[in-house]
Amino acid sequence: MNQLWEAVLWCLDPTNWTGPSGIAARSLEHLGYTLLAVAIAAAIAVPIGWWVGHTGKGRGAAVALSGAARALPTLGVLTLTGLLLGIGLAAPMTAFVILAIPSILAAAYAGFEAVDRRVIDAARAQGYTGTQVLWQIEVPLGLPVLVGGLRSAALQVVATATLAAYVGAGGLGRYLFLGLKTQDYAMMLGSSLLVVALALVLDGAFALAGRAAVPRGVTVARRGVNA
Amino acid sequence: MNWVLDNLPLIADRTWAHLATSLPAILAALLISLPLGWLAHRYRALNGPVLTGAGLMYAIPSLPLFIVLPVLIGTGVRDVVNVVVALTLYGVALLVRSVADGLDGVPPEARSAAVALGYPPLRRFLTVDLPLAGPVILSGLRVVAVSTVSLCTVGAVLGIPSLGLLFTDGFQRGILAEILTGIVLTVVLALALDRLLVALGRLAMPWTRAEVGA
Amino acid sequence: MKNPTRRSALALAAVAALALTGCGSSDPLGGGDTASGSPSATGGTGGAGGGDALVIGSQQYYSNEIIAELYAQALEAEGYTVEREYQIGQREVYLPEVESGAIDVMPEYGGNLLQYYDAEATATSPEDIQAALAEVLPQGLRPLEPAEATDQDSYNVTREFAEKHSLTTLADLQNVDEQLKVAANSEFETRPYGPAGLKEAYGVDVTVVPVEDSGGPLTVKALVDGDVQLADIYSADPSIAAEDLVTLEDPENLILPQNVTPIVSDAVDEQAAAVIEEVNAKLTPEELIGLNRQSVEKEASSEDIAQAWLSGQGLS
Repeated sequence: MNQLWEAVLWCLDPTNWTGPSGIAARSLEHLGYTLLAVAIAAAIAVPIGWWVGHTGKGRGAAVALSGAARALPTLGVLTLTGLLLGIGLAAPMTAFVILAIPSILAAAYAGFEAVDRRVIDAARAQGYTGTQVLWQIEVPLGLPVLVGGLRSAALQVVATATLAAYVGAGGLGRYLFLGLKTQDYAMMLGSSLLVVALALVLDGAFALAGRAAVPRGVTVARRGVNA
Repeated sequence: MNWVLDNLPLIADRTWAHLATSLPAILAALLISLPLGWLAHRYRALNGPVLTGAGLMYAIPSLPLFIVLPVLIGTGVRDVVNVVVALTLYGVALLVRSVADGLDGVPPEARSAAVALGYPPLRRFLTVDLPLAGPVILSGLRVVAVSTVSLCTVGAVLGIPSLGLLFTDGFQRGILAEILTGIVLTVVLALALDRLLVALGRLAMPWTRAEVGA
Repeated sequence: MKNPTRRSALALAAVAALALTGCGSSDPLGGGDTASGSPSATGGTGGAGGGDALVIGSQQYYSNEIIAELYAQALEAEGYTVEREYQIGQREVYLPEVESGAIDVMPEYGGNLLQYYDAEATATSPEDIQAALAEVLPQGLRPLEPAEATDQDSYNVTREFAEKHSLTTLADLQNVDEQLKVAANSEFETRPYGPAGLKEAYGVDVTVVPVEDSGGPLTVKALVDGDVQLADIYSADPSIAAEDLVTLEDPENLILPQNVTPIVSDAVDEQAAAVIEEVNAKLTPEELIGLNRQSVEKEASSEDIAQAWLSGQGLS
């Protein structure tokens, strides 16, 4: 417990916060990596997931793919891409994007599947085209589930982004490794607390976004989809 | 390929250590999640705290957890128990929600019918609620199995034996084949476990056989 | 191979199947213990009950594992029973185990080990370090005679960069007018020979780019790619020669010598210590680089490397 207290003190020490390698800068870096990874993963996974959900095609492949991606060990991908791509952001970003894809992909098609078929049938009966069904019904109604998937992905990446420091990038992982290797447990624990705090902030932001994503007039079960 | 053929005993040792760490964690996660998930399902007041707490647990970076746990539970850093406990925590974090969701999804009619037939609560839970929630719990368990096998590798940074040691060693020596072997074996182990769970699920829940595995 | 593990390893599939179906019977504690070792960790010790076996550890560093394997095989050749516990993280992970007596033999590096126990240590020569080590090591541990081989931090630049700025010593870095970045493990930041020491001894400012592969391929790649101007690479790393890097001289003795120094427990008697010291006596810097080259370039296992070297040296 004493170590935990020292870790809190480390977090609160204002001299640790400033400068290019201060907590403020490292936290921003960490947040930046997380958001960038989730954005890239979403750019890849959302269109595929929507296509799968809309057409019902390739669902088996999408499930298998995201299952395999989930099984990929991040440390392995990171060391491999590190050796191939060198230091910097490219290697960890590749690993984080792979980490984020399964949750987002699953949420994208699961969101469509959760739409009541009767709603779509009704729309078609009114003469909606496939594109209109997609953009005016499936996308808005599937959005809350998708935001839930983005939330899971962001939480996973924010916790894993500490590994970026393993291959020469920044983020809060810098403190973690430095603390680990110099027996500075206050620093190591403190940086972990900061990661958890960052996760809390992200989680709260996504919770708000999730609420905002529910179209007006729609009541959905508050139960989020845990992709 | 040469690296693989020259190091079969090493690979076997690492694979074995990997299984010995991840399998107990998956099993423990299931055993702990069932009562916790039931609590979250049964008592609305607990629902929020349990599920939010579980979600946040998943946000704790694994590496520091591997180091902090020994301090909290009084074991050595390299003790396999630490990793098992840490992996169990992550597993519970994912699985509690599946259990609660699964139980939430049990049709009230089925439950009422069991009550009407005079089933005592425990028997009702075991013979009605649990089987009906089974498919949802199973899909959660599959996610836990796959991510536990994958997460297990992180302990290698501290020298805790698993396939992850092939990453750290291959990284230092610049042997791509070694890292690739570790990745492939981790994925194969995870997917094999996943298939096994599907097969077990079909055995235990024959009525789900007609459905396509999700 | 003398031990039966190789053959039993072929039964991997059976073992895996067993684990998948009957994981209830596998004890997580026992499983991890036996599985943590090296190629031959599990085979030889089953009958001995662990009572008389000497436990040899190694850092999570391939070169250290090779040295440990040298000691292990040399001891086995003399009839000792040996248990291998390789790839154990960094000092903060394995030293407590060495102190508790769980590990009997650990290949170490004089300078850094001394600094772990005494951050204020002033010894700079191998002899002084050895003497100081004997003082600071906890009760029940003693350092054996160090090898001539050293595996110490060194500041390296590319040949091109060295010629462009006519660099031979660390002091010459003062003449470089661009910002200097050095790729190194993160702990380098706080080491006495890190940025602060460099500033004090040579008046040179550098910033650290942490790469956690202990001066391995990624660190070298960062240097060769021009992402950094300097790289902290261990002096026994074969890539220094392979990539034609220039190691900057250190006339102020900023960097501590890191002679290979085995740390042993009381379980290691004089006879066993003599076996280890005999290996150490033949371990020159060139030999150590050669051993490492086998590992990195030929991708050979520590077991095979050690076997070939020991028989080549007439020690097995």
